[in-house]
Amino acid sequence: MSEHLLDVDDLYVEFRTRDGVAEAINGVSYTLDAGETLAVLGESGSGKSVTAQTIMGILDMPPGFITGGRILYNGKDLLTMPESERQKIRGAEIAMIFQDSLSALNPVFTVGDQIAEMFQVHRGMSKKEGMAKAVDLMEQVRIPAAKDRVKDYPHQFSGGMRQRIMIAMAISLDPKVLIADEPTTALDVTVQAQIMDLLKDLQRERNMGMILITHDLGVVAGVADKIAVMYAGRIVESANVWDLYAKPAHPYTQGLLDSMPRVDSKGEELYAIKGLPPSLLALPPGCNFNPRCPHRRERCVREVPPTEEVAENHTAACFFWKEVARG
Amino acid sequence: MIPVVIGTTFIIYAMVWALPGDPFVGKCGDRPCPASYIAEMRAKFNLDDSLPVQYGKYLWNLLQGNFGESFSGRTVWSEITQAFPVTFRLALIAIIIEIVIGITAGVLAALNRGGFWDNLILVTTLIVISIPVFVIGFLAQFTFGIKLGWFPPTVGPNATVYELILPAFVLASLSLAYVARLMRGNLAENLRADYVRTATSKGLSRRRVIGRHAVRNSLIPVVTFIGADFGALLGGAIVTEGIFNIRGIGGLLYLSIRTREGATVVGVVTVLVLVFLLVNLLVDILYGAIDPRIRYE
Amino acid sequence: MSDPNASVSAAAPETVETETYRGSSLPPEPTADKPRSLWSDAWRELRSSKIFILSGILIFVFLIMTFFPSLLTFGKDPYTCDLTLSRQGPSSTAWFGYDNNGCDVYTRTIYGAKASILVGVFATAFTMLVGGFIGVIAGFFGGWVDSILSRLTDIFFGIPLLLGGILVLSSFPASDSTNLYGEVGKVVLALGILGWTSMTRIMRSSVIQVRNADFVIAARALGASSGRIIRKHVVPNSLAPLIVVATISLGGYIGAEATLSFLGLGLQPPVISWGTMINDAQPYIRVAPFMLFFPAIFLSVAVLSFIMLGDAVREALDPKLR
Repeated sequence: MSEHLLDVDDLYVEFRTRDGVAEAINGVSYTLDAGETLAVLGESGSGKSVTAQTIMGILDMPPGFITGGRILYNGKDLLTMPESERQKIRGAEIAMIFQDSLSALNPVFTVGDQIAEMFQVHRGMSKKEGMAKAVDLMEQVRIPAAKDRVKDYPHQFSGGMRQRIMIAMAISLDPKVLIADEPTTALDVTVQAQIMDLLKDLQRERNMGMILITHDLGVVAGVADKIAVMYAGRIVESANVWDLYAKPAHPYTQGLLDSMPRVDSKGEELYAIKGLPPSLLALPPGCNFNPRCPHRRERCVREVPPTEEVAENHTAACFFWKEVARG
Repeated sequence: MIPVVIGTTFIIYAMVWALPGDPFVGKCGDRPCPASYIAEMRAKFNLDDSLPVQYGKYLWNLLQGNFGESFSGRTVWSEITQAFPVTFRLALIAIIIEIVIGITAGVLAALNRGGFWDNLILVTTLIVISIPVFVIGFLAQFTFGIKLGWFPPTVGPNATVYELILPAFVLASLSLAYVARLMRGNLAENLRADYVRTATSKGLSRRRVIGRHAVRNSLIPVVTFIGADFGALLGGAIVTEGIFNIRGIGGLLYLSIRTREGATVVGVVTVLVLVFLLVNLLVDILYGAIDPRIRYE
Repeated sequence: MSDPNASVSAAAPETVETETYRGSSLPPEPTADKPRSLWSDAWRELRSSKIFILSGILIFVFLIMTFFPSLLTFGKDPYTCDLTLSRQGPSSTAWFGYDNNGCDVYTRTIYGAKASILVGVFATAFTMLVGGFIGVIAGFFGGWVDSILSRLTDIFFGIPLLLGGILVLSSFPASDSTNLYGEVGKVVLALGILGWTSMTRIMRSSVIQVRNADFVIAARALGASSGRIIRKHVVPNSLAPLIVVATISLGGYIGAEATLSFLGLGLQPPVISWGTMINDAQPYIRVAPFMLFFPAIFLSVAVLSFIMLGDAVREALDPKLR
């Protein structure tokens, strides 16, 4: 098997807090290749952002602790790399953009300064050269009048524009992997579409691998190649985008799809998965989803379901996926 | 700002001249002053007019640069100009101490959150804030001036920089503690901010993330505090100047209050308040200059 | 309909919570907890805070000194003095030695607590009431009322506390009264005349924050009068920063009284306070330093305990530090 660009292999991360140990990530594995878009789907608390932060190496440790697994980038394990080497990769080869662009950008430096910083630190360029590059990048992310606005501050831009600036900063050094953590959640719908289009175009031009973290099924459909659904720190289902939407094999995925409002379901009550996501300090025994699962049996409380192959490139972690697939 | 200046100086004027009590107590030695003297003085200081009129005349003189004279005939202005440079030097040294030690301690504490240095700095600053300035002054004078002899225990008439170091430390102590705590709080909070996470994910070294991004944001309120503090230091050195026998504005003020030199008191306090307000204005402008969010409101 | 969970802090939080795992933000528990208010949370945290307990004990001791000084001096009174013992150092019979007039320094130090602490308490109460009231009116009604009151606050704020105190106290005729409460009242007034401004500012900004909260608008929509809204909703929710500042100011006022007494302007003999003791001891600092340092230590510890208390209360009430 040829090497993947990024290979997260059986990752375990926990948080040791005053109230106990929170098992945030429990054996997560996924892969990403160049030019591919992987969507990581899940509710808050599922561990999707923590995985991304672990890949980037920006997790707060303590209270976070990586207790198992490897993260291979081009075959080399990031977790055992010395920090100095990891720093060179961070931002330059693996980059990340965040949800709230106003708080994610430094309010006291100009946007040009913050973009130029990438070139100054990683490529040793001068401030002037960096600023020129910044203008160029701002144009690439379709910010009008970039030359005039390069010396403006983040709070002088609208939400959509600021997100573009974050994207510009992230792609400035042509990274191989771009991780987008809920990039459009804080934006309104029309701007959402524009940002997603921009990301897709940039990815295509640069053949980047993209990990899109979101809880919004609607955003995923147009952009992703494959999807990993996370619940309570585990991947419960993983498939390519068509198979996931058409033939879900895990009750959780089925529930998510059912709870999406549809144009043709007028007059019907909106479905919602009953219950709440579990506390990571005290995960339910057996299958973590069992308290909320309509297909629950006694076995689900006793044993943790392994990841079973449902079809080619389609896995699900459920004992009774056949029932789910049948509908 | 003008109404504030007028209001403040008016209140001071009223407090000096209009409060109960005989303004001529003790002016003529052990005996009460002769009637002719009192009449002359009353005319000179407009004490026979109503309060607003008194104040109006005083203000008019003020605008012409005439601060009036003390009872003994010296002009208030000359007294102020003689005392001011000393206090200014003292305050300047104190500010430098405050900036260097205060900010360094604050950064150290924030970076060492919860650790030995953090706790040490927290406890030390707390103690310094609690002990009144004059106690610190005596302690310092006794320990460093008398017992150890590192610095002269009192300041001579020339008020050289070396002589002013010990009193400057004492003067700076309270502000230093505040600056350290302020910096610590700000930096600790900023280190948890989202933009710090972004900066780290850009692959910047920890030194750059903290030193350039976090500290810059944290400094803003600290700088404005220091700016305002300078104005306060100029007027608040009464106790320190008293202990170390410094002939500055504080000493002048204290003396003139005790001897009921009304004109001097009003003049000096007016100058101090004006300086204080001016410094605050400059600080407001400074704040706009260093925090772009305020600038482009 | 007041919302007890309204977060109260003097500075509005600037960062938006994102759905990541920074710190220990965890998903909600599936079982419902008993409703927790800011105050019960704070009390819980305070109970386990070592600083709070320590300062509480110290303050308790000082209160004993204030109200039952004879308990700690074993019946000795501070006015029986023997000139022949003048300036003798600490010994087993006189733990802190004797002052210039041959009075027992230990006894005087214990008795001196009363005046110092009373000044602190009354000055704080005065400034809290006056300043708080003005702050609420200014913050709640806004408009020209706010403009005038804010201007007034600025004017008084421009005069440094010590300066104002000196001015006021110098103007009082040297009275023959030896009445403790008269003297205390004098100093309280002197400090209060300028001290109210800081309370006003805090209360005003706190009220402005609360005034715009949804639950206040809702109360108004239900027909509640301004007075009722102020009493029942605005004040309880604005109290937290005021309490913190008041506690810390208490310590500050004790220190301020000492400073004024040190300058010879505060409390006058025969009223005993730590400040007056220090003032009397000043000329003898080289010869009999203990005369000065013992009251100074007590003074500092008193101020320290109130500031520690204020710190502990602030940490407990600050929702951002959760």
